[in-house]
Amino acid sequence: MMKFSDDKLKEVQRIINFYPDGKQKSAVIPVLHLAQQEFGGWLSTETMDYVASLLKLAPIEVYEVATFYSMYNLKPVGKYMFEVCQTGPCMLNGSDDIVKYIYDKLGIKPGETSADGLFTLKTVECLGACGYAPMMQMGKNYREHLTKEKVDAIINECRNEATAIKN
Amino acid sequence: MGRKLLLDKAHIENIRLYDVYRREGGYRSVEKALKTMSPDAVTEEVKKSGLRGRGGAGFPTGMKWSFLAKPEGVPRYLVVNADESEPGTFKDRYLMEFIPHLLIEGMITSSFALGSNRAYIYIRGEYAWIVDILEQAIQEAKNNGFLGKNILGSGFDCEIYVQRGAGAYICGEETALLESLEGKRGNPRIKPPFPAVKGLWDCPTVVNNVETIAAVVPIINEGGEEYAKIGIGKSTGTKLISACGNIKKQGVYEIDMTISVEEFIYSDEYCGGIANGRKLKACIPGGSSVPILPANLLLTTAKGEKRMMTYESLADGGFATGSMMGSGGFIVLDDTQCVVKHTYTLARFYRHESCGQCSPCREGTGWMEKILLNIENGKGKMSDIDLLWDIQRKIEGNTICPLGDAAAWPVAAAIRHFRDEFEWHITNADEAQRRNYGLMHYADPIHVPVTA
Ligand SMILES: Cc1cc2nc3c(=O)[nH]c(=O)nc-3n(C[C@H](O)[C@H](O)[C@H](O)COP(=O)(O)O)c2cc1C
Ligand code: SF4
Ligand code: FES
Repeated sequence: MMKFSDDKLKEVQRIINFYPDGKQKSAVIPVLHLAQQEFGGWLSTETMDYVASLLKLAPIEVYEVATFYSMYNLKPVGKYMFEVCQTGPCMLNGSDDIVKYIYDKLGIKPGETSADGLFTLKTVECLGACGYAPMMQMGKNYREHLTKEKVDAIINECRNEATAIKN
Repeated sequence: MGRKLLLDKAHIENIRLYDVYRREGGYRSVEKALKTMSPDAVTEEVKKSGLRGRGGAGFPTGMKWSFLAKPEGVPRYLVVNADESEPGTFKDRYLMEFIPHLLIEGMITSSFALGSNRAYIYIRGEYAWIVDILEQAIQEAKNNGFLGKNILGSGFDCEIYVQRGAGAYICGEETALLESLEGKRGNPRIKPPFPAVKGLWDCPTVVNNVETIAAVVPIINEGGEEYAKIGIGKSTGTKLISACGNIKKQGVYEIDMTISVEEFIYSDEYCGGIANGRKLKACIPGGSSVPILPANLLLTTAKGEKRMMTYESLADGGFATGSMMGSGGFIVLDDTQCVVKHTYTLARFYRHESCGQCSPCREGTGWMEKILLNIENGKGKMSDIDLLWDIQRKIEGNTICPLGDAAAWPVAAAIRHFRDEFEWHITNADEAQRRNYGLMHYADPIHVPVTA
């Protein structure tokens, strides 16, 4: 059975308290974020059903939301997700070259995950970092002013971290 | 140096912390409003200031506030729009990241004016780290008696909560935002009823942009009339501009609305000129949704006047020869850039972001994207240009929310001003794969007809 830790359950309760009594449906978006982060980086049906039961919603109310917003992954993804912005302002500053460079380095195209399960490449639309382009989102943070050297460093950083966790 | 009212203190070390912010004069507007003014008097000052919404539409804020319905016994809500997803726009992020207490202070003062005891900040999901910054600022304000029950002994209660979105440009549209805040898909509502009457959970609601609410702080501190003295005509006060693309110094600038577009691009105080010694070709001055202008029409209106960084001057000439202030997302293209490709990325953006409720928007954005990609890839036909024109005309004005218009306008403006670049892409398809069209005549002085 899938279950949040006690700490996370407290966080769910804190979020529910943002809203007036009986309006806990509003908590679905933040709680789905929490669930995605806790249960493997994506939302399985089981995860969505669990969120529905926590918020006393019909499962369909959760599916509807999960399928609308682009930050929710409905399929498994790699441990590290490179979400490279490709909209106009980033394109003007060379985002296409960054996408291509990641492909050259890792052999993955947008939407694909590397064979070792470490990396997923995703192209996304404007992330509000247009003045710091090219850029990508990785987890909770942005990596900005990307260059090939910076991409190399980020890939190494991820690999080192993954090895450290394994050992 | 222009006047700065919002970011003048943003560079001070640790201004993110309550103690520093307070020492620098923070939360004075809350003291002034709650101790010496009535809620209506606060609204009156905002009206006098001439402040216009900074989210894109430029609607007068004081007037919006006065439309808020106030039925007995029904809660009212202030919702701050921090969804900031219009390509080219990253000013609200800067404000929240560097001087978060300014937003919190503005929200408390505004909530007092509106009689809202519970206010929300709806922030785009990707700005995850800013949620922590805002929640810390809220906690600090609460610890110091500026939030919670009976603030400063005035009898006014107020709480602020931060709600994260999850990736959807459409949730910046105010009714889609409210749907999302209610835990639903971000499908815009049909208006009327307007949020001022039926908003969050069917209660009267005011939705304002981050920068709009932050501007309430200097307005209350200095008085609406003082604020209105800055700027030109109906463009009062200061405006945050996020500048990006091919300029030397990309970033967020606060301008008082008295400078010219030329000064903004070329002066060292702002963008510092075009990067890498290139030339200015085109610019989208107010976020991806507003019309793109070639260099000549950007710097000089069709009447031959210097174009200024004001709502009126940027819009001078209407869509035929002007553009809009929009969200203040200033995107600059140099002479190596391709207008067809840039327009294609925007069309792809709008197709991706359409919520799909209205067929002209859902289908039309997809068709425009496909046709533009064909032209960009050297597979276009001459008739495609007219087809694009036709599609955008059929979207505009025929949809539930303005995203349809926002998708149509960039395509329309690109064809209007850069038609020969589109044609060249089609007639010289092979060459267009190897090089871009270049500056051509887009910066040539415009011929201003002599009036009798
Ligand atoms: C598709 C679409 C996206 C929008 N995105 C934003 C946004 O990210 N931030 C914002 O403040 N306003 C956005 N708006 C405008 C809002 O609907 C609304 O007018 C604004 O938040 C009102 O605040 P203001 O009067 O302070 O500008 C958007 C509108 C549309 C149609
Ligand atoms: S215009 Fe587009 S985004 Fe707006 S409601 Fe219609 S389909 Fe949705
Ligand atoms: S266009 Fe890439 S962050 Fe805005």
